[in-house]
Amino acid sequence: MADGENVTGPSVLHHEADVPRAREREQARERAEAPACFGDLHLDQVIATITKGRDAYRLRPFFHVPLADADAVAYRHEVFRDLADEALRAHVEAFAGAMRSLRECSAQAGVLRDANQRRRLRLDAASTYCTAVTRLARALHHAELHSRGLRRLASYLRVYVASDPFTALQAETARIGRQLDAVRYDLTLYPDRVAVRKGTDGADDGAGVGRTFARFAEQPTAPRAAAVPPSFAMNMVESAILERLTRLYPEVFVDLETFAERHGDYLDPTVTAFDREVQFYLAYLDYMARFEDAGLGFCFPAVSSDKAVRVTGAFDAALAHALLEEGGMVVCNDFHLSGEERIFLVTGANQGGKTTFARMVGQVHFLASLGCPVPASRAEVCLFDELLTHFEKVEDLDLLRGKLQDELLRLHELLERATPRSILIVNEVFASTTADDARYLGRRVLNRLLKLGLVGVWVTFVEELASFDPRIVSVVSTVDPANALRRTFKLLRRPADGHAHALAIAKAHRLTYDELRSRLRS
Amino acid sequence: MRPRLLHHDRDLAFDGAPASRKRRAPEVPHSARVLAQDLELDTLVAAMARGDPFVGDVCERILLDPLVDPASIRYRQQVLRDCLAHPDVVRQLYALASSSIERARKVSWGFMPRRPEAIVRHSHDVFHTFLASFRLLRRLADEHAEHFAAPGFTAFFATIRRELDDAFLAEVEQHLHELRFEEGVWSSARLGSGNRGSDYVLRRPARPDLSAWARLWRWWRRPSRNGVTTLTYRLHPRDEVGLRALSEVRDRALEGFANVLAQATDHVLGYFHALRAETAFYVGCLNLSERLRELGATTCMPEPRAWQEGARAGAGLFDPCLTLRVGHPVVDNDLAADGAGLVIITGANQGGKTTFLRSVGLAQLMMQSGLFVAARSYRASAATGVFTHFKREEDATMTSGKLDEELARMSLIADALTPGSLLLLNESFAATNEREGSEIARQIVQAVTEAGAQVCFVTHLTDFARDRFERDRRTTRFLRAERQPDGTRTFKLRAGAPERTSHGVDLYLTIFDGDDASAGPAAQDGAATTKAEQTGSTK
Repeated sequence: MADGENVTGPSVLHHEADVPRAREREQARERAEAPACFGDLHLDQVIATITKGRDAYRLRPFFHVPLADADAVAYRHEVFRDLADEALRAHVEAFAGAMRSLRECSAQAGVLRDANQRRRLRLDAASTYCTAVTRLARALHHAELHSRGLRRLASYLRVYVASDPFTALQAETARIGRQLDAVRYDLTLYPDRVAVRKGTDGADDGAGVGRTFARFAEQPTAPRAAAVPPSFAMNMVESAILERLTRLYPEVFVDLETFAERHGDYLDPTVTAFDREVQFYLAYLDYMARFEDAGLGFCFPAVSSDKAVRVTGAFDAALAHALLEEGGMVVCNDFHLSGEERIFLVTGANQGGKTTFARMVGQVHFLASLGCPVPASRAEVCLFDELLTHFEKVEDLDLLRGKLQDELLRLHELLERATPRSILIVNEVFASTTADDARYLGRRVLNRLLKLGLVGVWVTFVEELASFDPRIVSVVSTVDPANALRRTFKLLRRPADGHAHALAIAKAHRLTYDELRSRLRS
Repeated sequence: MRPRLLHHDRDLAFDGAPASRKRRAPEVPHSARVLAQDLELDTLVAAMARGDPFVGDVCERILLDPLVDPASIRYRQQVLRDCLAHPDVVRQLYALASSSIERARKVSWGFMPRRPEAIVRHSHDVFHTFLASFRLLRRLADEHAEHFAAPGFTAFFATIRRELDDAFLAEVEQHLHELRFEEGVWSSARLGSGNRGSDYVLRRPARPDLSAWARLWRWWRRPSRNGVTTLTYRLHPRDEVGLRALSEVRDRALEGFANVLAQATDHVLGYFHALRAETAFYVGCLNLSERLRELGATTCMPEPRAWQEGARAGAGLFDPCLTLRVGHPVVDNDLAADGAGLVIITGANQGGKTTFLRSVGLAQLMMQSGLFVAARSYRASAATGVFTHFKREEDATMTSGKLDEELARMSLIADALTPGSLLLLNESFAATNEREGSEIARQIVQAVTEAGAQVCFVTHLTDFARDRFERDRRTTRFLRAERQPDGTRTFKLRAGAPERTSHGVDLYLTIFDGDDASAGPAAQDGAATTKAEQTGSTK
């Protein structure tokens, strides 16, 4: 099959017929930076967590390119759904594990001095490859697959494992391996020499001492002797012993010697591409599992053709991940836009979850555009051409005038790039200027956004902005009605109400002092 | 095969063995460290150690990890009685265990090798020293077993005579010979991953006790002469790299065997470590007993009771640490607090209250370790835990920070307190004014006693003590430090109701200093106690 005329088989990531071009596009981004919004939305943390421990697969570029159409998203959803099956997933994981040990084997072989050892490692690598591919092909053949991606791969592999080069490779690795496994030898080790003979089987004569002293044994102790040096390479005496074995068993070692010449580069590019690309799914599924253990669900988002957004039970994945590690509580939120509505205008208590809300909206949309499940219990989202963000930068606080100017320049730049299909998330701009200024500037910029008709989130302390246009939806961070000091981290669609909370924070500190006193008296 | 001289069913949790120190040395809990400090346990431990830090370490750990079950306490008491009757044998056993460990350590200069071939050589030398120890241990058991009556000792000697029999000693000698590998290391192997040798199995070349003729015959019939191809790889004697490589291969061939040997060494050493630690405790008991006898103090074997019996009574109870420090017998006291959930001790400063509290705590710890106690007679229920909360001298300022610190300590105790605990409070909660301190004391003591723990409380909180006296004389005992009318202290505690606060009198005296000299201490005492109160507080 892999005979040069059709080198590239199907891909599990790309639904286009022209897989090579999709991969090229991806490779172009491979060296590029992550999208600009990643830092602001904490998607950099999310992706870092997802890809952690899988550096060898270079997965990050896969997470940098949003998909343009609903069918591309559906293609990946199908694969996700298929891989949700535990049994199939275990097969794919086993395949990935085998491919990893194959690569380690080949890397080892590259640095070894002893030719007999090098050849053995190459043989072992080939044998690992044959077993892994055969098992994967069989597993896919028997699995009930619904995704286009995996079905295409299954039929590709069915042809591949039946092809002559593959069956020949498989048969020969097995035969030579069996012969090597059968080699037995006896050694007599003297202080200055070693005698090597063909081997005999027999019991371990070193166990008698253990039996004598067993009466003192109270509990087993950890083995202490460590003979195996850290390196995999053989020393000169081991090489000498092996060389003598080639003379004692010439027929076995001649076969081994010629194996590498007969089988050069046997790896199939479609198989290796699958090995890498499927990690996108496995990594993401592992990531989801961490949340599902804590009762936080992910869901497959529907893609809306108009600009309707309807998400329930969503959370900020980066924050939730940190909270789960500390054992904290994760608060979920809903948000929706319907009809003419385009912009969420977020106001309310400090540290009440406004920024988290903005990040969450961004994350849900970006992850949806990758064809991934999103951190929410139900979701309908729209695709975008670009996700633009502007978050307040604290470090410039001493240059007030420069900062406002910076912000305006930056917003201008974003609006230049924005199209009606973009998503724009703006967090706490104009905080450095007067309230009048902020109101005025906010209104002007919002008007431009509304004119473009893009979907956006605008976090601000200027509450008046919430009510000047029907296309703006007011979202407010709320407090517990029974206790004004306790934040709920719930954000609700309701008119901005203008509560001041600064005083309450001070009160909260006094309360802890009272708690301390009451504890001393109990 | 274990000594089992401290527990009839398990080992001492700590025996100082390097391996077990890492694996299972229990951390001394914070409350136990506080207890040791408050009871001045160092003095007692120093007398037990008599210059041997290991004995001191073991004794301290045992004192701070008291037994709870009266039967286990009696098991140790019986062993201790044998020890007191045959001190020489016990000291010999301790010396034997110590020197066995020491000799094994000298073989390796304190290092246990990790390379298999080195382990084999090392094990040979160590087993050689063990063989001598085994023989000595057998002789001690053969000579003295019949004179020991305690179940602990009877089983100990019987085990030695059974397990270290002549057949075993002969086997050890045989292994010592094989460990020299005089005919090279014989091994079988196969090709493992990367064509490296693996699954090495040690083969016995031949019976080493063959006669010279038999050896010659075997040489004549050696494999290379009988159609078996033998390919030999010989190194130049000065090829150091090659010789090292060859020794690495020998290491691989010997790895499994070396692990067997290392484990056997560890197990035997484990026995000697356990024996050393267990006899160390009894050596400490002997040291302490001898020292107290020299000083003329009277000790007794206490009667351990179950916690439910609520026993706590004794005669001639004294603080052994004080005796050891001052070098002569000190004032002793009687205690009759059977069935009392709370003992309140009040009275004059410098009147011996703290010393008495310590003597109660020390008697409890010593009894629950299996030791004798510092008293003419003593019986007490074994507590599940002993806790102390003593006023800290160093921060005597009356600040809220101090109370904070005190209550933080109390809170730590509350975390660890179990029903069946004994709690010793020494001037606790005095870091605030009397009314508040009393209220705190009332609430804490009420909660603790209701939870089923026993409290001994030395206090100046008169509000609290009087209140208790008025409300509950049935389960509370009241002791008072005696002071003669002329103000001298006898350091004796008598059953007696708590005195009323003397602040008013003191204030009057201070303000009206000299105006009415006759209304001095005598008037104060007279106002404080009535006849009825005296009788009500005695048992």
